[in-house]
Amino acid sequence: MNFYRALLHLYPSSYRAEYGEEMSGIFVQELGNSAGLVGRCELWVATFFEVLSNATAVHWQIARRDLRYSLRSLLRSPGFTITAILLVTIGIGANAAIFTLADFVLVRPLPFPQPDRLVKLWEKHPGYSMMELSPPNYRDINAAATSFTSLAAYTDMPMNLVGQGEPLRVEGGIVTGNLFSTLGRSPLLGRYFTERDDQAGAPLTVILSYAFWQTVFGGDASVLGKSIILNDAAYTVIGVMPPDFQFPTREIQFWKTFQFREEDYKERDNNYIIGIGRLRPGVSIAQARTELEVIARRLQQQYPKENENVGVTVLGMRDELSKQSRLLLFALVGAALCLLVIACANLANLLLVRAIARQKELSIRVSLGANRRTILRQLLSESLILGVAGGLGAIAVAAAALPLLARLVPTALPMQEVPPVDVRMLLFALVLTAITFVGFGMVPAIRACRNAGISGLREGVRTGGTGSHRLRSVLVIAEVAVSLVLLVSSGLLIRAMWKVQAIDPGFRSENVLTLRTSMPMPKYERTKVREQLYNKVLTDVRQLPGVTDAAYASAMPMVWRGGIWPVIIGGRSQNRAEGNTASLRFVTPGFFATLGIPLKAGRDVSENDTADTQHVAVVSESLARKYWPDESPIGRHFEFGFHDREVIGVVGDVRVRGLERTSEPQVYLSYKQVQDGWLIGYNPKDLAIHASRSPEYLLPEVRRIIAAADPQLPISDVRMLEEIVAGETQSRAVQTRVLMTFTALAVLLAGLGIYGLLSFTVSLRQPEFGIRMALGARQGDIFKMVLTSGAALAVAGLVPGLALAYAAGRWLESLLAGLKPADGLTFIVATLLCFTATLAGTLVPALRAIRTDPTSVMRAE
Amino acid sequence: MTYMTDSPESLLPLQPTTFHILLSLAEEDRHGYAIILDVASRTNGEIKLSAGTLYRSIQRMLELSLITETKTRPAPEMDDERRRYYRITPFGTAVAKAEAGRLASLVKMARSCGVVPRTT
Repeated sequence: MNFYRALLHLYPSSYRAEYGEEMSGIFVQELGNSAGLVGRCELWVATFFEVLSNATAVHWQIARRDLRYSLRSLLRSPGFTITAILLVTIGIGANAAIFTLADFVLVRPLPFPQPDRLVKLWEKHPGYSMMELSPPNYRDINAAATSFTSLAAYTDMPMNLVGQGEPLRVEGGIVTGNLFSTLGRSPLLGRYFTERDDQAGAPLTVILSYAFWQTVFGGDASVLGKSIILNDAAYTVIGVMPPDFQFPTREIQFWKTFQFREEDYKERDNNYIIGIGRLRPGVSIAQARTELEVIARRLQQQYPKENENVGVTVLGMRDELSKQSRLLLFALVGAALCLLVIACANLANLLLVRAIARQKELSIRVSLGANRRTILRQLLSESLILGVAGGLGAIAVAAAALPLLARLVPTALPMQEVPPVDVRMLLFALVLTAITFVGFGMVPAIRACRNAGISGLREGVRTGGTGSHRLRSVLVIAEVAVSLVLLVSSGLLIRAMWKVQAIDPGFRSENVLTLRTSMPMPKYERTKVREQLYNKVLTDVRQLPGVTDAAYASAMPMVWRGGIWPVIIGGRSQNRAEGNTASLRFVTPGFFATLGIPLKAGRDVSENDTADTQHVAVVSESLARKYWPDESPIGRHFEFGFHDREVIGVVGDVRVRGLERTSEPQVYLSYKQVQDGWLIGYNPKDLAIHASRSPEYLLPEVRRIIAAADPQLPISDVRMLEEIVAGETQSRAVQTRVLMTFTALAVLLAGLGIYGLLSFTVSLRQPEFGIRMALGARQGDIFKMVLTSGAALAVAGLVPGLALAYAAGRWLESLLAGLKPADGLTFIVATLLCFTATLAGTLVPALRAIRTDPTSVMRAE
Repeated sequence: MTYMTDSPESLLPLQPTTFHILLSLAEEDRHGYAIILDVASRTNGEIKLSAGTLYRSIQRMLELSLITETKTRPAPEMDDERRRYYRITPFGTAVAKAEAGRLASLVKMARSCGVVPRTT
């Protein structure tokens, strides 16, 4: 019998109190009527399931009734309902979006089987912690290392695609035959490479990316076996990879094999491939690193000249993510959490105020016999409805925001551009909503129920209780403090961005159109052949209306950051560790004028600087200063790019590596002074055109000119030089914009929070104001009183806020581009903004307070 | 929620349990266990209400004002103080009649289609 009574506890207590006794009585009688042990057992089993199903039904019935009641009650106060839902939508939506982004970039496994076992291999050189491997070093490491089940290598190389409509420049990956098996991914169609495809002289094969297959071949499954022309060679398509396979970056459109020949293994200082290995089960990254260090030392002994001080390092796939990228993501997570804190504080205040405002109604219900538990349940149902609506809104906001955040996904990782909306995000939103409402909905509901009753009727709406007022004030103070933290943080990041944007790149970016005409080899292997193309294109382009100058160069600054060569002076070989290096660019005459790079001394390269004349160089000021500090560099000689070069000119320095990075000095060489087939990667292929006005209008004509010069030449990377420079701060700009949005919302919410609190306080204190006015207080006094209490709250929030903001600034220091975390201007402006916003929130309640009519207040009393 | 002011038809069709309880109470006021026994004997043991199902129905019927709890109790020697007695309301009677009418017209319809054997 006790068991049956215990079972009845599955029913709601009110139901049990009502019918429990009778049900027990009936069960006793049925037990008496049941015959034998079997009959009793049958009765127990049937009763157990019957109680289970009926109790569930009763609970559901009650919940439905509560929800219906709560819904009606919420619809009666639409202002409150909409505000509460919006608060949850904003607070949790922002967090769900940023969480998904951070989870996607930092935590979620990369799309390969056992991704934690995949590692990348880099060489270590003095002054360079990560440098590509050379093919011979890769081969030796591969033969000696035992830490890996397989070791592969890859590099990326854009190639010209012809025969599929207009010539196209497409990014491709060149890989060893075992790359796909090392990564552990199968193709969507066809097969992946085998070692045989990678042998020198094997038929040329290519695997397409899903995006490439879709855009160029319209997803045609019969593409397998077809031929495509890449850099003038025919490749047979053998496979298509699935859409989520993006390796090494999402720009890669196809993969082909290296097919190394014996001569490729000769140059140990020709570093251009990246190793990727799959660790053997049980081998840690540290163990693999130790083994490779031993191998690297052995290689140093074997090849003391080429491998002097060359080490090898192993990094996890995600370890390449820069500290800055991580920090910016964490900053966004922090900002989203701040926004959530503010939204929750506002929500809690809103619910507290509503609970206080309803105290009278609840007290009357309790006095008339309503069950406190029922009231609590109904209040919690209100929270549930608000939570569900807000949670759904938050998911919608997050899903809509994710594509906008795509730019924040670092391109260095082999993952999709837009983080997908998935179960993890939904769970995150759900848990956050539950916590918000259990934390901020339950407390006011319990307080309201506790206060409901005769005492509630007596004190009622009058005060809302001193404790409650204190709590609400603390919440508003917290909102102000957190808003200030956000204001200062985004202020610092905005100032840092401005600072970076104000950095002089060393060239003029306005009105310069740039594009790439990649020249297929071996067609353009000979310098003379390239010269003909340059002459034809440049002569025609220079004649276009509005064009002031045009030139070709190996690469535009900030587009290609490599091409760093040692500078050898007086026959003394300079090693990289001492920083005696410079970036090498071949240019056609007029390059400096086109980009507005100032010529400080001497002259530009000219058409007369040919292969048969003295090899010349134009150097940047910093190089001249470094090697010939107190003398004229003109006429000096140095060895660079396989030749002795005579300095003929000095130009201003350019930020080749980007606005925020230190660049090596620059050396510009004549496009004619390079041996056929040498330094192929350095041949001028980037065309820059400066016009007297915005040069977009030139593009169709330029395309026509290039097509007339060589119809097989693809045109790619068409960009204004301004865009390239703006790209330097693009990720900063997106992050700052997201942060600014959060900050604006936070300040708005904090202002609304103060407004809400003071409005309520003013309505509670209306009788007091009435009496004061009746006793002779002037409107100005009352206005000052309300304004002072608002200002006091603001100041109380600003003081801890300033300390927290300073701490946040210190944490963000590495993102501040040299700006001090205690930047005075940012702090002053942020504090003033925050103070003004909070005072603005005080204004309306203060005006309402002075409109109090003493007569009507006294009459009401 | 439905109130007595609603028309009886608005509650149709009734759940079989509800209909049986109404029929049982149409004869006389009964307590819970008596309703279970009456429904079982009326249906030759085919329908055997469990205590849980019975009181869930009773709770709902009370809310719908189909039945009411009566204070009239039998003689003390026949009574058990834990028991509560229920009585059908006029609205409950109207609803039971409406349901019976609905079922009768259904049977009539079935009969005209020849799917119910004619009884003499």
